[in-house]
Amino acid sequence: MPKAYLSIEGLGVTFSKGAQRSEVLRDINLQVERGEFVSLIGHSGCGKSTLLNVVAGLIPATTGGVILDGQEVDQPGPDRAVVFQNHSLLPWLSVRENVDLAVNKVFGAAKSAAERRDWTMHNLELVQMTHAMGKRPAEISGGMKQRVGIARALAMQPKVLLLDEPFGALDALTRARLQDTVMQIQSALKNTVLMITHDVDEATLLSDRIVMMTNGPRASIGQVLDVALARPRDRLAVAENPAYIRGRASVIEFLYARQAA
Amino acid sequence: MSVPNPSFATAEPLAGALATPPPQETRASFGAEVARRAGAMAAATLPPVLTLLALLGIWQLAASSHPGGVPAPTVIWQDSRDLILHPFFDHGGTDKGLFWHVLTSLRRVAIGFSLSAVCGVSLGVLIGANRWAHRGLDPVFQVLRTVPPLAWLPISLAMFQQAQPSALFVIFVTSIWPIIINTAVGVRNVPVDYVNVARVLRLSPVEYFFKILLPATTPYIFTGLRIGVGMSWLAIVASEMLLGGVGVGFFIWDQYNASRISDIVVALAWVGLTGFALDRLVALAGRLISRGDAAS
Repeated sequence: MPKAYLSIEGLGVTFSKGAQRSEVLRDINLQVERGEFVSLIGHSGCGKSTLLNVVAGLIPATTGGVILDGQEVDQPGPDRAVVFQNHSLLPWLSVRENVDLAVNKVFGAAKSAAERRDWTMHNLELVQMTHAMGKRPAEISGGMKQRVGIARALAMQPKVLLLDEPFGALDALTRARLQDTVMQIQSALKNTVLMITHDVDEATLLSDRIVMMTNGPRASIGQVLDVALARPRDRLAVAENPAYIRGRASVIEFLYARQAA
Repeated sequence: MSVPNPSFATAEPLAGALATPPPQETRASFGAEVARRAGAMAAATLPPVLTLLALLGIWQLAASSHPGGVPAPTVIWQDSRDLILHPFFDHGGTDKGLFWHVLTSLRRVAIGFSLSAVCGVSLGVLIGANRWAHRGLDPVFQVLRTVPPLAWLPISLAMFQQAQPSALFVIFVTSIWPIIINTAVGVRNVPVDYVNVARVLRLSPVEYFFKILLPATTPYIFTGLRIGVGMSWLAIVASEMLLGGVGVGFFIWDQYNASRISDIVVALAWVGLTGFALDRLVALAGRLISRGDAAS
């Protein structure tokens, strides 16, 4: 049987601190195809961030493992770029320098200086941030910071893009605009995306599949939902679509009836 | 003291501008803007000027009622007029204006403090980054940092056998601790997010040091340098008192032996203002280098 592009197999994570052991994740199995957009949803503390960090290589798996494009994940790397929840741009660098840092590190050998410069600009254009490229993170809004964080991740040309509650700290209007940007970019570039969210609408609108996690400790995958909506999706048109309404309802039913926190 | 009089002269019309009647505002908004700025300046300069005048007044009264003790401001002006008005004279030997004494002391501070800045930041990075270095060295540093500058002097003289390197060593050893400790705290507080960015990008240790660690630690380093420069200035005066030669510390000791208390008060004003200037200088350098961003 051919393996999926990103394959999480029998994954378990146990943190031990001295004699104390806490099992966070148990027996997670998930296959993600190339170009697929998958959301992980669950209540706070269910270990979805831990799962994403294992895929990123930032936390080691205790049992099982992660295989990306035929290679086992055993350390972090630019092929699994992360957009962190709190943007984590370096405050002493300008917007452009933040993206440059990634571009120069990842493509330092493969591209010429001029190509790297163009590549940085191209990625800032994708998130519509070229107008502020000379500014410091402290000088731009939260939504703009997150756009730059996305540009930095995209600039690494990752095999899988990992989004850790990327819009969690933003107001509803800014969040909606960023979701649209992410959808546009994903339909153009066909990125493979793994996104953590706790927003049911966000998950339903953006995802091909929604992975619902049970409550921790010892969290695992409770249910996987296919979102059968054609792309490109329009947030207004989709709101009336029966498939959207059904999908949304079943996620809410899972989260609040079966896994009530 | 000649300082307060000219400042008060400039402050007086500002106070007048503060009370400018409103009708002018309707005629010319420019006039209103000038009045507003003048008001803001007066609000910033008046309180310290008035406080200084009040303190001088209390000093004058207290000193006048106890003749023979610390001289009153008016007496100091009479006694030390030449020293106040002519800081640049040089009659050879140690008979120089206060400017030259302060400059000599500053040169010693520059050397001693530069050494402690380089060593302090290096050691701070080491004990901040390495758990075993931290466990081993931190207790030692915490004890040594409480040793006062004057206590280092005899040890220093025994070590170097000469006055000049001993003075430098005292400055070095007094100012290095806050630099080490603040740098170490900065290194230990590099946000996990920045570390994760470095890990995802697979930065090499050298790249991590220069691109993440050093810039993230800069505000902490400058906090340490600022405390350190203040302590080195404290140490220079103490060590020069015993070492002799040219320097503002020795000048104070020399005048004490000659019972010229007025000159000592003038020298103290120079010491205080120079220390203040050093502090502001390091703070400014920190702002320029960290380009205005705090450790956020």
